[in-house]
Amino acid sequence: MSDKNTTITASPGPDAGKGKVIISIRDMRRNFTVGDETVKALRGVSFDIREGEFVTIMGKSGSGKSTLLNILGCLDTPTSGDYDLDGDSVAHMSKNRRAVTRNRKIGFVFQNYNLLPKTTSLENVELPLLYNPSVSASERREKARKALVAVGLENRINHRSNQMSGGQQQRVAIARALVNDPVIILADEATGNLDTRTSFSILTLFQELHSRGRTIIFVTHNPELAAYSSRNIVLRDGKIVSDTVNEHPLSAKEAYDNLPKDND
Amino acid sequence: MNIANQLKIALKALANNKLRCFLTMLGIIIGVASVITMLAIGQGSKDSIRDQISEMGSNMIMIHPGNMQRGGVRQNSDAMQTLKVGDYEALGNLPGVAAISPSVNSSGQLVNGNNNYPSTIYGVTPDYLDIRKLKVKDGALFTEQDIKQAAKVCILGKTVVDNLFPNGEDPVGRVVRFGKIPMTVIGVLESKGTNSMGMDQDDVVLAPYTTVMKRILAIDYIQGIFASAVDEAHTEETIDAMTATLRERHKIKDDADDDFEIRSQQELSEMMNSTSDMMTVLLACIAGISLLVGGIGIMNIMYVSVTERTREIGLRMSIGARGVDILTQFLIEAVIISVSGGIIGVIVGVVATWLVNIIAHWPVHIQIYSMALSFVVCTITGVFFGWYPARKAASLDPIEAIRYE
Repeated sequence: MSDKNTTITASPGPDAGKGKVIISIRDMRRNFTVGDETVKALRGVSFDIREGEFVTIMGKSGSGKSTLLNILGCLDTPTSGDYDLDGDSVAHMSKNRRAVTRNRKIGFVFQNYNLLPKTTSLENVELPLLYNPSVSASERREKARKALVAVGLENRINHRSNQMSGGQQQRVAIARALVNDPVIILADEATGNLDTRTSFSILTLFQELHSRGRTIIFVTHNPELAAYSSRNIVLRDGKIVSDTVNEHPLSAKEAYDNLPKDND
Repeated sequence: MNIANQLKIALKALANNKLRCFLTMLGIIIGVASVITMLAIGQGSKDSIRDQISEMGSNMIMIHPGNMQRGGVRQNSDAMQTLKVGDYEALGNLPGVAAISPSVNSSGQLVNGNNNYPSTIYGVTPDYLDIRKLKVKDGALFTEQDIKQAAKVCILGKTVVDNLFPNGEDPVGRVVRFGKIPMTVIGVLESKGTNSMGMDQDDVVLAPYTTVMKRILAIDYIQGIFASAVDEAHTEETIDAMTATLRERHKIKDDADDDFEIRSQQELSEMMNSTSDMMTVLLACIAGISLLVGGIGIMNIMYVSVTERTREIGLRMSIGARGVDILTQFLIEAVIISVSGGIIGVIVGVVATWLVNIIAHWPVHIQIYSMALSFVVCTITGVFFGWYPARKAASLDPIEAIRYE
């Protein structure tokens, strides 16, 4: 590969200097072998993410953003390059170590919520802690309750997932991502299945979490959303084509309030 | 991850699919219930055979004259006169012998006034009642004194009483005639009913053997000896000791055949047991097959369930479940299905066994070991048939699984 500019020096985030670096990616490549062909999904990606950033990673399908998300989420390992998450090198971790890392350091929010069916909000939120033997049952309950309160679902604690709207289900999923107090929340098209109004309410929630110090990576193909984050990384064909800091993110709450009320 | 959490997860997953869970269990339930019922029926028939044999006296040893040749002609055992009262007395001194009685019998007509009845009179000692498990209901047994004097006394079985005293009079103290000999009835036997061969065990008259030998048959030999060993375990060695004693007394050369025949109930009971053992094995095979089919049912459902729950598995993995956690969860689910199926199966089996007993009047005997066995087999079935689907679930790629549609 002839690429002088594959290694783009990480731009300082808006909170540069304040937060410590929690994600550090250096010259990351990921190849897939499909039949006889080698598909290069990531062709040398480098960036740092500091504590307290709200980063959107954008790109069309095929840009490598899903691959990047999988690696960031410790679901996959890079073919080459380094990935440090909160001081641990993930690139060469065993499968089980990665599972434990996911359990302790990462909160996932998916496009289609992925809640357990016929299960209450509380039980869904407790789920990650069930896989952490150091958390007692009472601690688990307490943390799950707090997480549900944090996403504004204090009145839906014992509702089953099939009794709730999409927006509420996504809030439960966000609470589930928060419950283990992760160093990073990874959202994969988290508003992709929701209508505009609900999307903005979820986005408002993410901004609130960000303002309370959460580090969030929001992967999306929707360019509109970039305006609401503090930093925007754009991928194309497995490379970073732009990495910009957004000094004045728009308020999702305002956008939500300005939406026409559904009166008809 | 600890086992309590694993159990919680597996139980929750099963609770979400109650109907399917129950249908899967059904195979195991039927399997276990049939194992228990069939073994209970098998054991029940075995027990009833054993009871019938022990009714006749389970430790009983019978000695008859036999296998005698005179000039190459085999003799009817009745015609043989090799057993003497002395033999009986000698055998009585052997250590393994609990009770012993000589036996002489004669058929004849019993008469009481206008009523008469053909029966058989057995000349015995009081020991005979212990050996054959007989009891005197009214009156008393004859004594050593009666035997010494060849007293004309007798004890009647119920059938004989019913025929000689049809109006319900008390026979004790009355005099009946056996042929021409008047005999005083001193007791009545407790009824035993018919035995397993359909013979009426109440159609007997007992008298001192001396009376029958001297006054009725006028013989100086005895027709047989009944004895009982101290317990079933000692029957074999008692028989050996008896054989040795009799050979010595009869002065039989080492290479010559016995001139008597000793038989015990053991042979009979072994033969009948082997028949019912075979039946039990057959029943157990059928039941085992249904348990196997139940196990395959579990595998089938678990396998489908893994495919159906791919997204759930992907989610669990993405929030931190390791392969071994997923494997354990699915294994626990399979074991819970099979073990609770086993518990329900035991209950159904016990009820079914009870119904068989009530409705069909078959003898049954539920064995604790068959319940324990069913449990072990169920658990093994669950682990064995749950393993492959669980393995499959654990080896899923979380990236693929989470986006599975």
